Amino acid sequence: MSNINQVLQDRILVLDGAMGTMLQRYNFSEEDFRGERFKDYPSPLKGNNDLLSLTQPQAIAEVHRKYFEAGADIVETNTFSGTTIGMADYDMEDLVYELNFESAKIAKKVADEFTAANPDKPRFIAGSIGPTNRTASLSPDVNRPEFRAVTFEELRVAYKQQVEALIDGGVDLLLVETVFDTLNAKAALFAIEEVKEERGIDIPVMVSGTITDASGRTLSGQTVEAFLTSISHIPLLSVGFNCALGADQLQPYLRRLANETEFFTSAHPNAGLPNAFGEYDQTPAQMQVLIENYLKDGLINIIGGCCGTTPEHITAIAEVASKYKPRKIEVSE
Amino acid sequence: MSEKHTKYLKLSGLEPLIVTPESNFINVGERTNVTGSRKFLRLIKEEKFEEALDVARDQVEGGAQIIDVNMDEGMLDGKEAMVTFLNLIASEPDIARVPIMIDSSKWEIIEAGLQVVQGKSVVNSISLKEGKETFVNHAKLVKRYGAAVIVMAFDEEGQADTYQRRIDICKRSYDILVNEVNFPPEDIIFDPNIFPVATGMEEHRLNALDFFNATKWIRENLPYANVSGGVSNVSFSFRGNNVVREAINSAFLFHAIKHGMNLGIVNPTMLEVYDEIPKDLLEHVEDVLLDRRDDATERLLDFAETVKGDKKEDVAKVLEWRSDSLQDRITHSLVKGIDTFIIEDVEEARLTVERPIEVIEGHLMIGMNVVGDLFGSGKMFLPQVVKSARVMKKAVAYLQPFIEAEKDGKQEYAGKILMATVKGDVHDIGKNIVSVVLGCNNYEIVDLGVMVPPEKIIETAKAEKVDAIGLSGLITPSLDEMVYLSKEMEKQKFTIPLLIGGATTSRAHSAVKIAPNYTHAVVHVNDASRAVTVVGNLLQKDNAVYKEQIREEYEKFREQFLKRGKKKDYIDIEEARKRKFKIDWNAAEIVKPKQLGVQVVEDFDITKLEAYIDWSPFFRSWDLHGKYPEILKDEVVGQHASELYADAQVLLKRIFDEKLLGAKAVFGLFPANTVNDDDIEVYDESGAVKATFLTLRQQLDKREGVANFALSDFVATKETGKQDYIGCFCVSTGFGTAELAKQFEDNHDDYSSIMIKALADRLAEAYAEYLHKEVRTDIWGYAQGENLSNEELIKENYKGIRPAPGYPACPDHLEKKTIWKLLQVKENIGVELTDSLAMWPAASVSGYYFANKDAKYFGLGKITEDQLKDYAKRRGISNDEAEKWLNPNLAD
Repeated sequence: MSNINQVLQDRILVLDGAMGTMLQRYNFSEEDFRGERFKDYPSPLKGNNDLLSLTQPQAIAEVHRKYFEAGADIVETNTFSGTTIGMADYDMEDLVYELNFESAKIAKKVADEFTAANPDKPRFIAGSIGPTNRTASLSPDVNRPEFRAVTFEELRVAYKQQVEALIDGGVDLLLVETVFDTLNAKAALFAIEEVKEERGIDIPVMVSGTITDASGRTLSGQTVEAFLTSISHIPLLSVGFNCALGADQLQPYLRRLANETEFFTSAHPNAGLPNAFGEYDQTPAQMQVLIENYLKDGLINIIGGCCGTTPEHITAIAEVASKYKPRKIEVSE
Repeated sequence: MSEKHTKYLKLSGLEPLIVTPESNFINVGERTNVTGSRKFLRLIKEEKFEEALDVARDQVEGGAQIIDVNMDEGMLDGKEAMVTFLNLIASEPDIARVPIMIDSSKWEIIEAGLQVVQGKSVVNSISLKEGKETFVNHAKLVKRYGAAVIVMAFDEEGQADTYQRRIDICKRSYDILVNEVNFPPEDIIFDPNIFPVATGMEEHRLNALDFFNATKWIRENLPYANVSGGVSNVSFSFRGNNVVREAINSAFLFHAIKHGMNLGIVNPTMLEVYDEIPKDLLEHVEDVLLDRRDDATERLLDFAETVKGDKKEDVAKVLEWRSDSLQDRITHSLVKGIDTFIIEDVEEARLTVERPIEVIEGHLMIGMNVVGDLFGSGKMFLPQVVKSARVMKKAVAYLQPFIEAEKDGKQEYAGKILMATVKGDVHDIGKNIVSVVLGCNNYEIVDLGVMVPPEKIIETAKAEKVDAIGLSGLITPSLDEMVYLSKEMEKQKFTIPLLIGGATTSRAHSAVKIAPNYTHAVVHVNDASRAVTVVGNLLQKDNAVYKEQIREEYEKFREQFLKRGKKKDYIDIEEARKRKFKIDWNAAEIVKPKQLGVQVVEDFDITKLEAYIDWSPFFRSWDLHGKYPEILKDEVVGQHASELYADAQVLLKRIFDEKLLGAKAVFGLFPANTVNDDDIEVYDESGAVKATFLTLRQQLDKREGVANFALSDFVATKETGKQDYIGCFCVSTGFGTAELAKQFEDNHDDYSSIMIKALADRLAEAYAEYLHKEVRTDIWGYAQGENLSNEELIKENYKGIRPAPGYPACPDHLEKKTIWKLLQVKENIGVELTDSLAMWPAASVSGYYFANKDAKYFGLGKITEDQLKDYAKRRGISNDEAEKWLNPNLAD
C-alpha cells in the first residue's frame, strides 16, 4: 500500500458515495437478505444491510466496483452498523467479527484489482465504523436525565471487536463516522488506540462528525470547535463532517473546521436535504457546483458523498476535485 | 505561523475553551466540591440533585470557565456520585457548555468520570506520589480518554514544599510525560501547591513566594506547560475574617498571575477586586505574601482585628428576571429550563385563573411556543428543549392535583394515547414534548420510548385499549416504519386514529404514503401545540365529521401532490397494457340493456331531484367545510351554515314552484367491445361501428400485482366473443340559470346570483345521480334489486360507474365530442360545447356508464410520451394537439 499521507500531499482524494442508496436499487427481499445460510433465522433480517456482505457479497462488490469506476480513491466497507450493539437489533451479535472481516475482504479484493490495473492511482479501503444506535452522553428518557442506554465501556468493547475484525480483513484506514455523540466516538478512538498498542501497529484513522441542524452543533450539543477539541487527542489522518446536511449547508462548518485543525480535512455530505419522502433530489451536476465551492476555498483534502449520492455523483465530484489543489495544512511549531 | 496554531491548552464542554496568553487567567469554579462545600456535600448526600445543579449553574453564570467536581467523601459512593452528577450536568446545556475538571484522589473515580464526559476535560490530579509506574499508567489513560491533566508537585517523598522541590518534581514529571508517555505538553497543568500563609510558623514564611517563583520557572523552562492552584487555601489562617481572606486571595492571585499562573480554582465570591483593597490592608497582605518583613505575619494579625466586620452579608444573588411580569417569568423558566421558581410562578398563575387547566393552556403554552420558535429558528438546540420540557412537566405535575380536585377527586382522563419513536430511531424529543403537552391536557400517556418495534406498538395498543397512537421519528428510514405500522393497523382491524410526527415526517408523506394504507384517521401533527387540538377533535364523541374532513383534506392534498410531484418511475405503455386490470369475462355477468339506443328526457319534474342533492359540496363552494347535515350543528360554522341552508331552501322552493330552471337529459345504451387494449368500439344494432371511445391508461410503475387501469378494462374485449355494452349521457339543469343570475346581479344581489349557480350545479349533479339510478335499476336494469339511500349514493356504493370526461379517470375532454356525436346532445337537448370543450349551460354533467361490478373510479395520473404519441395516432390528431389537451397529465 502506498502511503496515503504522501498521496494526500499531492492531491485531493475521493471517497465513495452512499452504500445504502445503491443497495436500495437491488430491492432485496427478506429472502435475499437471508440467503441460504440464514433462511431459518428466527428474527426478521430485511434492512440489515451489513448482513448482505455475507448473503449478497457480489452486490456489495459491485457497488464498490462502481464507485472505483466513478473515480473513488477510497471506498468504505459495508460495516456501518457492524457492532454487537447495532447487530443486537437482529440478534446477530455473534456474527460481528465475520461481518467485518468479510466486508473488509470484499472491498480489499476489488481495490486490489483496481490498483493492479492502474498502479498510479492506488485505491484504499476505509473500515466504516458507525455511531451505533445509542448515545453515551444523552439520556433516552426525559424523566431520568442521569440515565444512559449505553456505557463507554460497552461501546469500547463493541468497537474493539469491530476494529480488530476490520484490520484482520485488510482495511487500510479506519473511518469513525457520522459522529452525533462525541462520547461514542471517543470510545471508538479509545478502542482503536488499544488495538494499535496491543498489536504494535499503526493505522491511519479518519473521524467524521455530523452537524445535525441549523444550530450548527452535533446532536450531543457540541459546537464545531468543541467537537474538534474533543477528538484531537489521537493522531488522526483526517477530521471532517458527513451526513445530515447537504454540501451547501455544511460549508460554513467545514470552513470553521478547516481553519482550526492541523489534520487533513474530509467531507462527505448528503445529496442535499431530503424531500418530504426522505428522498434525495440533488443531481450530480448540482452537487458538483457546491463541492467546487469547497475546492475554490481550499477547504478539503478528502471528498465524497453520503446519503443519496451515487456513482454518478462521485464521478462528478472526482472530475471537479481533480482540477484543484488539496488544502494546505498549517502545522504548529 | 498563525497564532491559533501554536500549542495552547484546548478544552471543551459543549463549547471550546482555549487558554491563550490573552485569556489571562482561567477561573475554575470550586463549589461543586464536597470537600470544600458543606452545602454541596449535604445536597449530594440527600440526593437533592436539582439544587446541586443550581450550585454548578451559579458558578457558570458567575463566570467560572471550568467547573471542578469532587465527590471524595467517606460517606459517599464517590464513583456513583461522580457519574450521576456528571450525567446530570450533561443534560444541562448552560452548565455543560464549559469543560469539567474531574477531581478526585481516587483513580477509579477519575476514570469513571472520564467515561461520561464527551468534551475534553481536565483530570485533577495525578502525581508521582505512588511512583513512576502508576504515574505513567494513569497518564497514558488520561491521554487515551482525551483529557488534559493537573500534575501535583508530589513525589514518592511527599509534597513539594520548597522552591527547589517544586521545580525538581515538576521537571521530572514533565520529562516523563513528554518523552515517555508522549503526552502533549500543552495539556499539562502543574499545581505547585498553594499553602496557607501567615500561619505563624517560620517554615511557612516562603509559602507564597516559593509558589510564585516556581510558577515562573515552570513557565520559562517547561515549554507549553500551564500552572494552576487552589487559591483559597492561601488565606486559610484567616477563616472567619472574610475581609482579610478576600484581600489575601486577591493579592495572591494578582501576583501568581503575574508570575505565570494561568488557571486557578477560585471562589469568585471570596475575591476582592485587587484595586479596591484598602491601601493599608494591601500593604500588610503583600508584606506577608512576598515575605517583605520579618514581622509581617504579626502585623497582619494585628491589623486583621481592626477590619473584622463582614461588610458583605450573605445576600442571595439578585435575580433580575424575577421582577419581570408573571408570564415573562414563566416563559423565562421554560426557555432557560430553570425549575427553581416554576412552582411558585405556576401557583401565582393558578390563583389568577378560574380553572387550573387554563394555566397549562395559557401561561405554559405561551412559554412553550417561544421554545418552539427558538428551536425552529436554530437558536435553541435539542438538549435545551428537553430541559424546557422537563420544567413543563414539573409545572404540570404541580397543577395535576388541582385539576383532579376539580373533578371530584376522580382521575378521569380525556383519553389514552400511546406514544412511540419507531424501530431504528432514537430521537424522541419531539415525541416527549407532545407527550408532555398531551399529558398536560389530561390525556393519559402510554410512552413506549424509543426504538419500539411495530409488534410491541400493536400489542400494547390492544392491551392498553388506547384511543390513539402517536408515532415519531427523525431519520428517514423511520418513514418506512410508519408506513409499515399503518398497514399492520389496517390488517389488525384497528379503528383508532394514527398520529404522525417528527422532523422528517411531512403532511405530504402522511397523506401520500401513510393515509392510503389505513381506513381510519391518519393525521400529521408536527408541532406540539397543535397536538392538543387535533387529538381533542379526534377523540370527541361526535368525531365523524372531523375524521371525514381530515380524510377528504388528505385525499385532496394527495391528489394535488401526485399531480405536481415528480414521480419518476413510469413504465412504457406496452408494459402498462400487459399489466391491465383483468376481468374474467367468462365468469362475468353481462346484462343486456332492456332498451338500446338513444333516449331523450324533455319535461322532467325537477322537484324529484331534491332528495338526490349532495349538500356538502354546496357548503364547500361557500368555503364552509364540513359534512352535511352535521355542518349545520358545527360549533364554529354551524350558525352560518344553517342560515345559508335556509336561504338555499327558499330559493330552491322558488325554483321548484316557479319552474325557474329547466332540466333535460339525453342518454344512450349501446353494444360495445374493447379493441386494441385501450379503445372501446360502440356498435349500432347491425353491429357496425358507430363511434370509438379512446381511453387512457395509467403508467405509474406500481408494485407487483397492482393493475394499470384504463376504463376500457371494464368492457369485454372483442376477442372474448362476448357482446358487452356501454352507455353515455348528458344532463343539464342549467336552462334559465344565466338569465336568473343576471337578473339578481342587476338588482345588486350577488348573493342570490351565486346561490342560483350553486344550486343549479347541485341539481345537475343530482340529476346525474338520479338518471344513473334509473339506468341501473330500470333502463339498463343490471342492478334491479338495488336499494341505496342518498348517502350511500354519495359514497358511490352502487354497482358500476359513471365517470365523466375531464375528471381523474378520463381527463381527456375530447371524448365529450364523441359523446355529443353519438347522442346528438346539442340537437336533442341544446347543451353545447365551447371551444375549450366546457359545457354550456354550465350546470350540466356528461359521462359514460360502465355496468361491470368490478368497474371502479381511479385517477389516471401521469402518462409518458409514448402513450401520448400512440393516443394522437388513434385520435388522428397531431402530437402537438394531443399534448395541448393532455398537458396536465404528461409526466415531466
